[in-house]
Amino acid sequence: MEAVSNFLASDLFYRFRKSPVAVLAFIVTAVLVLSALFAPLIAPQNPFDPGSLNLMNGFSQPGEPNQFTGETFMLGTDDQGRDVFSTILYGLRISLFVGFSAVMFAMVLGSVLGLIAGYTGGRTDTIIMRIADIQLTFPAILVALLIFGIAKGITPPSYRDEVAIWVLILAIGLSDWVQFARVVRGATLVERNKEYVQAAKLIGRKPMAIMLKHILPNTLGPVLVIATISLALAIIAEATLSFLGVGAPPTQPSLGTLIRIGQGFLFSGEYWILLYPAVTLLALALSVNLLGDWLRDALNPKLK
Amino acid sequence: MTEISAQPETPLIQVDNLSCVFDVSKPWLNRVVEREPKQFLRAVDDVSFEIRKGETLALVGESGSGKSTIAKMLVGLLEPSAGTILFDGQPMIIDSSERMMELRKRFQMIFQSPYASLNPRWKVADVIAEPMVVLGVEKDSAKIQARVDELLELVGLSAADGSKFPHEFSGGQRQRIAIARALSSNPEFIVCDEPTSALDVSVQAQILNLMRDLQDQLGLTYLFISHDLSVVRHMANRIGVLYLGALVEIADSKELFKAPQHPYTRMLLDAVPDLEMTGRQRKEVEGEIPNPINPPSGCTFHPRCPFANERCEREVPGWTQTRFGVAACHGVGEGRIPAAEITR
Amino acid sequence: MSTPLLSVRDLVIKFPTRHGPLTAVDGVSFDLAAGEVLGVVGESGAGKSLTGSAIIGLLDPPGHIASGEIYLKGERIDNLRPEEMRAIRGRRIGMVFQDPLTSLNPLYTIADQLIETIRTHLRLSEREARKRAIQLLDDVGIPAASRRIDDYPHQFSGGMRQRVVIALALAAGPELVIADEPTTALDVSVQAQIIDVLKEQCTQHGASVILITHDMGVIAETADRVAVMYSGRIAEIGPVREIIQNAKHPYTSGLMGSIPTLAQEEDRLVQIPGSMPRLSDIPPGCPFNPRCDKVFDKCRVHRPSLIPVENREVACWLYEDTEARGAAT
Repeated sequence: MEAVSNFLASDLFYRFRKSPVAVLAFIVTAVLVLSALFAPLIAPQNPFDPGSLNLMNGFSQPGEPNQFTGETFMLGTDDQGRDVFSTILYGLRISLFVGFSAVMFAMVLGSVLGLIAGYTGGRTDTIIMRIADIQLTFPAILVALLIFGIAKGITPPSYRDEVAIWVLILAIGLSDWVQFARVVRGATLVERNKEYVQAAKLIGRKPMAIMLKHILPNTLGPVLVIATISLALAIIAEATLSFLGVGAPPTQPSLGTLIRIGQGFLFSGEYWILLYPAVTLLALALSVNLLGDWLRDALNPKLK
Repeated sequence: MTEISAQPETPLIQVDNLSCVFDVSKPWLNRVVEREPKQFLRAVDDVSFEIRKGETLALVGESGSGKSTIAKMLVGLLEPSAGTILFDGQPMIIDSSERMMELRKRFQMIFQSPYASLNPRWKVADVIAEPMVVLGVEKDSAKIQARVDELLELVGLSAADGSKFPHEFSGGQRQRIAIARALSSNPEFIVCDEPTSALDVSVQAQILNLMRDLQDQLGLTYLFISHDLSVVRHMANRIGVLYLGALVEIADSKELFKAPQHPYTRMLLDAVPDLEMTGRQRKEVEGEIPNPINPPSGCTFHPRCPFANERCEREVPGWTQTRFGVAACHGVGEGRIPAAEITR
Repeated sequence: MSTPLLSVRDLVIKFPTRHGPLTAVDGVSFDLAAGEVLGVVGESGAGKSLTGSAIIGLLDPPGHIASGEIYLKGERIDNLRPEEMRAIRGRRIGMVFQDPLTSLNPLYTIADQLIETIRTHLRLSEREARKRAIQLLDDVGIPAASRRIDDYPHQFSGGMRQRVVIALALAAGPELVIADEPTTALDVSVQAQIIDVLKEQCTQHGASVILITHDMGVIAETADRVAVMYSGRIAEIGPVREIIQNAKHPYTSGLMGSIPTLAQEEDRLVQIPGSMPRLSDIPPGCPFNPRCDKVFDKCRVHRPSLIPVENREVACWLYEDTEARGAAT
């Protein structure tokens, strides 16, 4: 309770209220995340349960009754008669799950490596940061493709669909840890010379305790900013990979998969199969990114 | 009189021939390209002194004098390049052995910046409790809480302040919190590294008074590091004057101010702005502190010294006994430096 | 009485915040005679630096002068347009800041910067300006000035840089020099040299000085008069010697007692309990009343203004009767 009232009185919340863009971005993000979470309750049908589908409903126009069955679909249906609105809700779930997990993975890996590099210094620092530098010379999507390719090669075909999502998370996460490592290392270099760290060393605290209890909490601000911006990038990366056909399998389609499927119908006039998932992806990525940008400015003391 | 005559007990701190050398070379590739040799900075050069139980020894010096480096070595934050430190007869060797952890309970440090010395994400009570928890002085959480409350009140804050965060306090109050933390493990010896130089004068007076009261109450021994001679005069029993990493004079505090021996000590005293305005004519202070990477030969003070001669340029001076201490000066040894005019 | 060189009248500086405006300087008034050195002393947050910045028109936004007037030789300068103020800064008012590097551009030689300042404000040829620049550097004690003038700021030590800044402040022959903590960043032995140079050079060039510092010792050695500031107001203003030896305002006497000196013998320093209030909760009445040992009811309600006592002014109700009687003991 106290934490909530403290937050409501904080400068951060004040600046949030004063920024219409941030408020709008937050609302859009919240609506999308909530509808993904409660997709089974909101969606009119489960698009991946073959029993609930009716082929006769295929290619229904958005908002118009189907010529054979008379059913109406708000955003139309695809060739299989799946409700586009429902596929978007379920696709959003996959996209957000992959995005969140990948960022979490990148954040934990990058923060730990950045802490170690910054605190230990010397050779450990050089090795970790050189690996990071080398990885940065490749485009993130290329790294993800590479990891995805290797993972695909070593998993037996029968498991491929099952592990596809996890491989996707691993690939995106591994391509994204560098910026967390850099930011945490920079903050660690500043913090480790402060006197409160000296005070902890003086009483014989072990490096691990100093890193986790003293330094890590003081690097979380910038990490939060990077994580938000990374989330938008991870969602787009996931969509790109899925669009290229190497991401989420058709049995568990993400927004990217839906766009890939939809583009096959674009020139035959069934625009809605492509358009609505694409607009959803755009809204999600844009609002998360705007939120991240705002957070970065709000937490930057130099811009106050 | 009693200050100087040798006491039978062993000193609490015994420092012998302590040196600290930093490698300040440019990175390897730069050195190769620019054909430069490695560069070393002798931050502390062959310093020896002792601190007796219950006294305050002050080390004064300007920037580059090595005073903070000595402080860090004394509490095990920095490894000496040479020399030994004995704490109550036991060698200070930085490791995590049982013996060292036991020793760590007995010394503490108060830092310069009241802003950087407290972790901004920790509640004050946790900050104060940390040393006693980590060093295992107290294990029962109710007792820890009681001790934290007691410490907060001891330094002039209230027990309720424990649940706040450091940013809710002013500079002076934060320094009180830092003092409470330093007392948490019941240490005998506290290194105070410029504890008031970041504070306003009226707050400085509060903190200095508090530190003296605590010393009387708890029988603490202080090493007090400062650049401010008037503060040092107020706090110390004995004073060591540092110049470019080396001690140039150690003397009983009152006597040092009455009859400074080493020319550098005299210069420092002359430079202190005079609040009393006795109309004293200041001697013109010459020059600035040389670059410590490339210190002058012989006595490092000779380029700025009005009494320097050819011997000072050539030969590093050893210790000369003075009436109330020792000084490292050829001139004092040869008796060719006139007695300081006592202006106050 | 002739017009003072500088006259500050009821200066109020405010900072807007989301909890309403904070008053950082509240009704500061003082006069400065030509050739005089006025020390402004106070603890951090007392408003001394802001007062200095307001005079030279360099208040950092969102801070602004909410009311009051500043006159330089009878001519109002607080409401000038930025370009008019720029012509006064440097020409008529010189500045020395705490960190010499904020006043010196690292990319230009000392010669470039000095000559540019001189030629911006004075009608001199390049050659004459250079001659004047070398003379100035020589005056402030830079050895081998004619050679070192072509060096860059980083080639000078901290003390030497501050000497260069003093030369730069005096380059156009200003009537007033504002020095804000000019010696705080320097070592004790160098500090003494800089104070000497500052005082001697300003006297020689006939410039008045406002010396802003937290160090009473520096004021004692340099200033003719001193203004003691507390919570954005002047607590006491008068001749340095008298204020140091016989402070009237309880804050000033507490402050003087809390400074450890080389001469004193006593064990305990006088201490003022508590600390200066934050700008957001300055108490009503006299801002010092919660810490004052001589406080009485009136102090908690009514704000004292400066009351003439002997040859100084004190903002303290203790001296109200003195004023009523017209003369002091």
